[in-house]
Amino acid sequence: MSAPGRLPRWADVGLLPIVSLVAAFAVSAAIIAAAGENPWTALRLLAAGAFGSQEAVGYTLYYATNFIFTGLAVAVALHAGLFNIGCEGQAYLGGLGVGLVGLALDRHWPFWAILPTAVGAAAVFGAAWAFIPAWLQARRGSHIVITTIMFNFIASALMTYLLVNVLIKPGQQSPESRELAAAACLPGMRALLAPLGIHLSPSPLNLAFLLALAASALVWVYLWRTRWGYALRTAGKNPVAAVYAGISPSRVTITAMLISGALAGGLGLNEVMGVQHRLLLDFPGGAGFVGIAVALMGRNHPVGIILAAVLFGGLYQGGSELSFDLPHLNRDMIVVIQGLVILACGALENLFRAPLTAVLARRPQNEAE
Amino acid sequence: MNVVPVQPPGEPAGPARNEPPALELRGVDKHFGAVHANRSVSLTIAAGTVHGLVGENGAGKSTLMNIVYGYHRADAGEIRVHGRRADFRRPHDAIAAGIGMVHQHFMLVENFTVLENVVLGAEGGRWLAQGLARARAELERIARNHGLAVPLDAVVEQLPVGMQQRVEILKALYRGAEILILDEPTAVLTPQETSQLFTLLGRLREQGKTVIIVTHKLREIMAVTDRVTVMRQGAVVHETDTSATSERALAEQMVGRSVLLQVEKTPARPGGVLLAVKDLEVRDRFGVPRVRRASFELRAGEILGIAGVAGNGQTELLEALAGILTPTRGEIVLQGRNLVRGRVGPRERRRLGLAHVPEDRLRMGIIGDFTAQDNAILGQQDRPAFSRGGFLRRAAIAAACEHKLRNYDVRPPEPGRLLSAFSGGNQQKLVLAREIDGDPQVLLIGQPTRGVDIGAVEFIHRQLVALRDAGKGLLLVSVELDEILGLSDRILVMFGGEIVAELSRAEATEQKLGLLMAGVKEGAA
Repeated sequence: MSAPGRLPRWADVGLLPIVSLVAAFAVSAAIIAAAGENPWTALRLLAAGAFGSQEAVGYTLYYATNFIFTGLAVAVALHAGLFNIGCEGQAYLGGLGVGLVGLALDRHWPFWAILPTAVGAAAVFGAAWAFIPAWLQARRGSHIVITTIMFNFIASALMTYLLVNVLIKPGQQSPESRELAAAACLPGMRALLAPLGIHLSPSPLNLAFLLALAASALVWVYLWRTRWGYALRTAGKNPVAAVYAGISPSRVTITAMLISGALAGGLGLNEVMGVQHRLLLDFPGGAGFVGIAVALMGRNHPVGIILAAVLFGGLYQGGSELSFDLPHLNRDMIVVIQGLVILACGALENLFRAPLTAVLARRPQNEAE
Repeated sequence: MNVVPVQPPGEPAGPARNEPPALELRGVDKHFGAVHANRSVSLTIAAGTVHGLVGENGAGKSTLMNIVYGYHRADAGEIRVHGRRADFRRPHDAIAAGIGMVHQHFMLVENFTVLENVVLGAEGGRWLAQGLARARAELERIARNHGLAVPLDAVVEQLPVGMQQRVEILKALYRGAEILILDEPTAVLTPQETSQLFTLLGRLREQGKTVIIVTHKLREIMAVTDRVTVMRQGAVVHETDTSATSERALAEQMVGRSVLLQVEKTPARPGGVLLAVKDLEVRDRFGVPRVRRASFELRAGEILGIAGVAGNGQTELLEALAGILTPTRGEIVLQGRNLVRGRVGPRERRRLGLAHVPEDRLRMGIIGDFTAQDNAILGQQDRPAFSRGGFLRRAAIAAACEHKLRNYDVRPPEPGRLLSAFSGGNQQKLVLAREIDGDPQVLLIGQPTRGVDIGAVEFIHRQLVALRDAGKGLLLVSVELDEILGLSDRILVMFGGEIVAELSRAEATEQKLGLLMAGVKEGAA
C-alpha cells in the first residue's frame, strides 16, 4: 500500500517548483502594480534583461556560476542532514586562497600551473573555514547553524583586516589588492570559444562556469555512485541506522562540511580569478545565502541546482536591467521579487503541496483495482 | 494458552432485542489516491456486545475505525450510531455522539496527573480548579460503577502501561462514550494485564457499553468477543458469532489461504558456544543501568529466546551486543574474540559474522527514503560484492537485491522502489533477507514479526528455524509470548535489566513466563 498523500515524482520535481514560481511572480506583479508600473511590461523587461541577448545570457550565467557553487555546497551538507548557512564566509575565504595563490605566483608560473593550484587553494581555504564549525558540532555538540552564521561574520572581519592592513596595494585608498597578472586570470568565455569560430558578445562569463558544471557532475557521482556518498546520505537520512550500519555520523559531519566548504570556495575562482582579477571587499555579495534557496528549489540534486541557479542568475541580471528602465522600480524592488521567489520555493513549498496532491489524486485512477 | 473468557461468548449480552444497533455502517467506501482502502463495507454492531475486527496490516481496519471516529470522511456510504444517521467531520463530532477511541499509542501527557489528562480538552469552565473538582467527583462515580480503579493524582509517566491504558478508557468514558473502540489494546500488555483488561471489558459490556476491538491476535478475539468481523483487502470477507468459529478458521479468512499457526521444528542440536556474555552492564545516557550483570551463552544450532515486557533491558542488551551501545562493564566474546575489550565496532562485528535485525526497524534498520536496493546493502556497503575502489557496483547491487526480493517473496520485487512504499511485513522481510544473506554465524533478532501479517509471520519463522538448522546461533528478543514459546529452544526472562530466570522450552509455560516477566520471583509462583 503506498502512503496516501504523496506527490508523484514528476510533480514533485517539475510541477511544484513551477507552481511556486508562478505564485511568486503573481504576488510580485501585484506589488509592481501597487508601485505604479505595469506588471506585464516589468515582467517582459525582466525576461529580456536576463535572456534577451547574448550579453544578457552571459551575465546571467556568470551570476549562475556563483549560485551553482554555493547551491552545491548547501546541498551536500543537507544530504548529510546539516544546514550550512556559512557558505558566504567559506566562499569569501575560498576567494582569499585564490587571491593569495594569484598574488604569489602570477609573475612566476604559467597559467596552466596556476589554475590547478588556485582550484586547490579555493577548496582548501573554503574547507578549512567549514572545518571548525564541523568539528565543533561533531565533537562538542555546538549547533552548526549557529556556528556557521558566526563564522560568516568572523570571515568578514578577517577579510576587512587583511585587505585594509596587509594586502592593500601600497599608495591607494580603497582596500583592494593589486591587480593580478594575466597568468592568474581565468579566460573569458568569449576568448575560449573564439578559436572554435564562435563569436560571443563580451560578458564576465568565464571558464569558472565550466568548472561549476564539472563540480556538479562530480557531486552527483560522489553522492550516488560512491560508498562514501552512500554513507553520507545514510547518516543524513537516519543517523541511528548509520550507527547500526557501522557508519560514524560525526565523521560524516566533518567530511560533508569539508566538501561543502570546498565547493563554496569555488565561488572565489569565478569572482577573483574570473572577473575582478584582484582581491576586494564583499565579492561573494550574498551568493552564499542565495545558494540555500537554489539548493532547496533544485531539490538538492545537481541538475535541479543548475536550473535553479540559472533562474536566480536571471533574476539578478534581469533585475538590474529593470531598475534602469522603470524608474519606480529601484534595486530594492528587485530584492523583494527575489525574496518572494525564495519564500515561495523554499519556505512555502508545502503551501502548494497539499492542494496539488489533492488535485492529482482526484484524477481517475486506472491502476486501482 | 488459556486466557479465561470473561463470560461464555455467544450468550445474548445486550439488554434489549429491538434496540437499534449501536453502530451500523452501510456501503462505506474510501480511496486514498490509487489505494482502495475500504470497499463498500457494511457492518452492524449490536449494542452491549464486544465485537472483534480482525485483518492483516493494510486490510482497512484502521481506516474504517478512523472513519467512524471522524479522522477521515468516507467517499460514499452511511454511518448510523444508535439508529441516528451520523456525518462526522472531526473526532469532536464522534465524541459528541458517544464514541470513544483508545489508540495503540496512548495519547496522554506524560507529566500530567491522571486527573489532568482526563479533563484535558474538557476542562469545563474558565477556572481549572472548579472543573477539576467536578471532574474528580464524576470520575470517582465512573470508577465505582465500572470497577475501574485508577489513582487520580498519580503522574501518568510513573504508572505501568496497563494502568495508562485504563486512563485512556476512563478518559473515553468521562466524555460519555457508549461505544468504545480499542486499537490493538494488548500490544504492550503482559498476559496478566491482558486478562485484567478483558475482565474490565466484560464489566463494561454488562453496563450496556459496546466495545469494538481491532486486533490481529486471534486468541484474544476468541477469548473476549461475542461476534467477529474479518476484513481482507478493504472488504468484509467474513462475519460470525465467535462461538461458531476457531482461530484457524479466522486465520484462513484473514489470509485467504490455510496457514500454519505453529512452526514445525525438530529438537535443537546445540553445538559449541558462539557468543558468550559475562557480567554485562549497560547504562543509558543518564547513567541509569538498563542491563544489570547479564551472563549467558549462545550455542550453535539453537534459538535462545529472551522474554520480557518491553522496556526491561532487552533493547539495550541487543544494541550492546551489536556494538551500538558501549557496555560499562562485562565481556562479550564472539567466537573467542573479546568484543568489549577490543573495542570492536558494528562494522567489524558484521565482518566477524554477527548479524542484527533491530527491534525497531523504522528507527534503525532501514531508511524509508532510500530505494529497496540501497537498503539491501545497509551495513554491507563496504563489501567487495557491492563496492570496488570506493565506487558502488550499481548493477551488482540491483541484481543482488532483486534476488533477495524474489527469494523472500517481497512484493513487489522492484529494487528501485522506495522502501517506504512497501508494507511493514515486506520491509521486515527485506531486512531479514539482508541480514541472513550476509552469511552470519550469530543472528541477533528483535521483534521479528512486529507489525507483520500472519502470512509473512509463518514465512519468517520458517526462515529462522532453517537458519538454526544450518548450525547458526539465534538470539531472539520478542515481547510476543507466543513467538518466544513457538521458536525458542531455551528461554531467558528479563525483568528490570536482570536475567531473572533461564528455562528449557519444556519447562516454560505461558503462566510461568508471565509471572517471571511481571517480576514475581519463582518461589512465589
